[in-house]
Amino acid sequence: MSDRSTGHAIEAEGLVKTFGKTRALDGIDLRVPAGSVYGLLGPNGAGKTTAVRVLATLTRPDGGSARVFGHDVLREANAVRSKVSMTGQYASVDEDLTGLENLVLLARLLGHRKPAARARAEELLAAFGLTDATDRQVKKYSGGMRRRIDIAASILNTPELLFLDEPTTGLDPRSRSQVWEIIRSVVGHGTTVLLTTQYLDEADRLASRIAVVDHGKVIAEGTPGELKSSIGSGTVHVRLRDAGARPKALSVLSLALGTAVEPDADPVSLTARVDGSDFEASTQAARALSELAAAGIVVDDFSLGQPSLDEVFLALTDAVPAASAASAASASASAEMETAR
Amino acid sequence: MSTAATTTSDVQTVFVPSPETLGAVLAPGARPPRPSAWSASVTFGWRAMLKIKHVPEQLFDVTAFPIIMTLMFTYLFGGAIAGSTDAYLQFFLPGIMVTSVVMITMYTGIGLNTDIEKGVFDRFRTLPVWRPSALVGMIFGDVLRYILAALVILGVGLILGFRPDGGVMGVVAGIGLLVVFSFAFSWVWTMFGLILRSEKSVMGVSMLVLFPLTFLSNVFVEPSTMPGWLQAFVKVNPITHLVDAIRSVMAGSPDASSIMWTLMWSAGFVVVFGFLTMYRYNRR
Ligand SMILES: Nc1ncnc2c1ncn2[C@@H]1O[C@H](COP(=O)(O)OP(=O)(O)OP(=O)(O)O)[C@@H](O)[C@H]1O
Ligand SMILES: [Mg+2]
Repeated sequence: MSDRSTGHAIEAEGLVKTFGKTRALDGIDLRVPAGSVYGLLGPNGAGKTTAVRVLATLTRPDGGSARVFGHDVLREANAVRSKVSMTGQYASVDEDLTGLENLVLLARLLGHRKPAARARAEELLAAFGLTDATDRQVKKYSGGMRRRIDIAASILNTPELLFLDEPTTGLDPRSRSQVWEIIRSVVGHGTTVLLTTQYLDEADRLASRIAVVDHGKVIAEGTPGELKSSIGSGTVHVRLRDAGARPKALSVLSLALGTAVEPDADPVSLTARVDGSDFEASTQAARALSELAAAGIVVDDFSLGQPSLDEVFLALTDAVPAASAASAASASASAEMETAR
Repeated sequence: MSTAATTTSDVQTVFVPSPETLGAVLAPGARPPRPSAWSASVTFGWRAMLKIKHVPEQLFDVTAFPIIMTLMFTYLFGGAIAGSTDAYLQFFLPGIMVTSVVMITMYTGIGLNTDIEKGVFDRFRTLPVWRPSALVGMIFGDVLRYILAALVILGVGLILGFRPDGGVMGVVAGIGLLVVFSFAFSWVWTMFGLILRSEKSVMGVSMLVLFPLTFLSNVFVEPSTMPGWLQAFVKVNPITHLVDAIRSVMAGSPDASSIMWTLMWSAGFVVVFGFLTMYRYNRR
């Protein structure tokens, strides 16, 4: 089996899929190492769902080829299907049926006999905190519960590769962190996860590699750290005590750093990008801090860090409005996360 | 912001994923062997039954509609065509049974179309099971509805005075033929359910096919009264063969030729439309 020799769960070359005039996939290449979370990050309409559907044997590509654990998705579709599970972006269980009925149905279809199917279903409902909702129709579940039953339905037989298409879109912070915990457990047991998301912090936290997709193309690929360092050495974030001092701080900083300084949405915060080597960046930052002090401006927080993935994303994608909407959503979600913990 | 502010309303159901319990359910157990084609189809049939259990309103179509059809046409045509409703009923009941049940088969296409819209089928299509089983199982569920509709019409007929000479055996054989044909004919609708975009267009096409097929047949009147060109169509119409076959077995004098034609048409529908359906199903 070639999955052992290459160590790749997915290898795709030049995948193309068109819908009328839309090129949903415009030559996607992917190499997903086995045993980790791989993030497919992109704005609305980037082609994430289409890519996942092609890899899960649901959609036939118009061009290119893809192999899952060495099995061609077109010619050996059944071999692929026996190794993968997919949790779609939208409902992937039957809303009219109860949680238990859904899981028993799928367990039976995977070949479990009746008593074993029921036992497995109950075990999963318990582990996913759905025991109380066993006999409730799925359409009466909350958003978080639905996501959990969707994922539970995907691991009835622990798959070798699990596709999760935007598993946390529309979830509250608590439900998101529950899903993250589940994803970590799944990967911890050796399953490879292909996760699509519009949220950069999610990819940052979970994925060991990320492909940034836009207009059906992979526009960047690497570890979260590589992606961040690809667009510049760092970012200076400054938080002031007093919002009234911001105009003055802005001019002091832009002089000291020699770059454009952006006021943030928060009235006491400023952000600037510093270029050059790491050493140059830190000396510049140090000088900026002392000049702020010399100007009598009180600084509550001063940091020099790698750019956030949000900034990477904005720098990489030309779809600025969509991307900034996504990053604003992720920023507020991550802010809430901290308080929820 | 305090933690309480982000707590969801039903506190007792707050779920804290535990690595231990999750780990226990994730430990790869022995994978059972792939289910057989038959067992997968029956499991999908069980799903159809569960859906009837949860949405019993859907049985309205298969009970109320046939009752109305039977009453309406018996009293509308009875006097004019056969002189009395009682005499007409002996001729007409097998025909209206066929008309009603064949009309109900179109719900297969509508049901499939809405089912696919919702995305559950995506999960079914990623399962390593015999591909047609999801559709076969769905039609198994529909067969139950066909039987129910046939029994309802038989009940109404018996109350109104239908007295088949073929007795219980004849009636059972007649309904059996009807179910076989309807199962086969359902594949026409699975194809349309997959090709057409919306539930409404499936409905529209169904009507366009079903009205000529059921009315331009021997269901309501003897074809000998019709113009030659129409007789020619009526003669090859599978519904005519089916009605002839059912009339003959219910009357206790089975007509081998129409039974054979019925079974051949049924086999043809399954082969041709089953193939077209699966072609579309695999390529969506
Ligand atoms: N079945 C379809 N018919 C026509 N166009 C489609 C179809 N599926 C996808 N598209 C188009 O292909 C493009 C990519 O869609 P896709 O759903 O893969 O994006 P996505 O990255 O998953 O977006 P989102 O974040 O909104 O889920 C979009 O322009 C979309 O309109
Ligand atoms: Mg999508």
